[in-house]
Amino acid sequence: MIDARGLSCPMPVVMTQKAIQKDAPAVLEVLVDAQVAVENVTRYAQSQGYRTAVEPQGPDFKLTLNK
Amino acid sequence: MKENAFVRRYGLMILAGAVVGAAALLLTAAGNPKNMGFCIACFERDIAGALGLHSAGKVQYIRPEIIGIVLGAMLSAFAFREFKARAGSCPATRFVLGLFVMIGALAFLGCPLRMVIRLGGGDLTAVAGLLGFLAGILAGVVFLKKGFSLGRAYPVKMGEGLALPAVMAGLLALLLLAPGLLKFSEEGPGSMRAFWLVSLAVGLAVGFLAQRSRLCMAGGLRDAFLLRDFTLLAGFLTIWITVTVGNLIAGNYNLSMLSQPVAHSQHLWSFLGMALAGWGSILLGGCPLRQLILAGEGNGDAAVTVLGMIAGAAIAHNFGLAGNPDSTADGVYQVGGIGAAGMIAVAAGFAVLLAVSLLHLPGKEEA
Repeated sequence: MIDARGLSCPMPVVMTQKAIQKDAPAVLEVLVDAQVAVENVTRYAQSQGYRTAVEPQGPDFKLTLNK
Repeated sequence: MKENAFVRRYGLMILAGAVVGAAALLLTAAGNPKNMGFCIACFERDIAGALGLHSAGKVQYIRPEIIGIVLGAMLSAFAFREFKARAGSCPATRFVLGLFVMIGALAFLGCPLRMVIRLGGGDLTAVAGLLGFLAGILAGVVFLKKGFSLGRAYPVKMGEGLALPAVMAGLLALLLLAPGLLKFSEEGPGSMRAFWLVSLAVGLAVGFLAQRSRLCMAGGLRDAFLLRDFTLLAGFLTIWITVTVGNLIAGNYNLSMLSQPVAHSQHLWSFLGMALAGWGSILLGGCPLRQLILAGEGNGDAAVTVLGMIAGAAIAHNFGLAGNPDSTADGVYQVGGIGAAGMIAVAAGFAVLLAVSLLHLPGKEEA
């Protein structure tokens, strides 16, 4: 699980990119707190062949990336 | 289906870019300085002057465009439930970064947005700025790849999130109700202004659309280098194309290195000024326009950055750091640019950015 809450652009995507490039996990969860981060992480994950699901968690969002 | 995917991905961004480009053309036609329309750095500098924070008589006016952008972004953020009061991600460092982004932008004579607007007017002196901006962004991307981060922001009370929008509303009130307290340029760029309501309305529209689309002049190039994602870059390019086409139609396109409006031919320092602005923008997570949008969304750190930029503008003009445009005196073309003090300030800015970049890399335990 990547916790990218409170991190400004583009840190949530950079953290996701690092995790995917490191060992291409089949499933990756990313926690963010801004809609823009949801959009950016989703766009990057989809470009890497992941399906994405977003689940609101209070003021935050949990993204689940599946290969 | 492919067309739908293209529209979904790029549609709003291209619309925002087209509106920003058209807005620049409209504001120029309505009285704002040529090849400017609107420039975040220049207009924050004008606001600093109107408040008496510097005494450069040619650049003093409360620019309603800036007020409109922040308030437009705030309205959009509330309408789409994206307003979140957040702060606490190295605010003092952001203030200093904002200050040097402004010093770099004023050495060049424009923020990244105006750089594109200048290019769209055929101003070839802005090419050095574009190359510098690219170099600065690449420097920032190197540190992002190494793990640079200014750390987390945290939820704060609504009042913090509303701080900059409230300041902007206060500036609008001063402009309309107590203009006698303010300084207004009677000549020079600060005296060239569209009717305030036009400026405010355009600012509101730009702020609203920029919030929805996430338009960012630095983010476009950053994402292209870092992620091979060209979504934000589409906005950057659309502004350039729109302004170019508009100027060609209106007969205002002047492809030349010489006598460009509010621009200088000191190419090395245009390059370095925009490199400073580009690198700083990457460390801050967005260009000067994006900082206004984030502040409108409730981000207190972006609000501090904007205040840092306004302080940077005051320092730039109080200490003679800002660029002077090329001019013609007695039939002789005189190259403008920055003086020794400005060069030292830009060099100091690089030293500060390098220090900030290195000091915010992850420690061994975090790497």
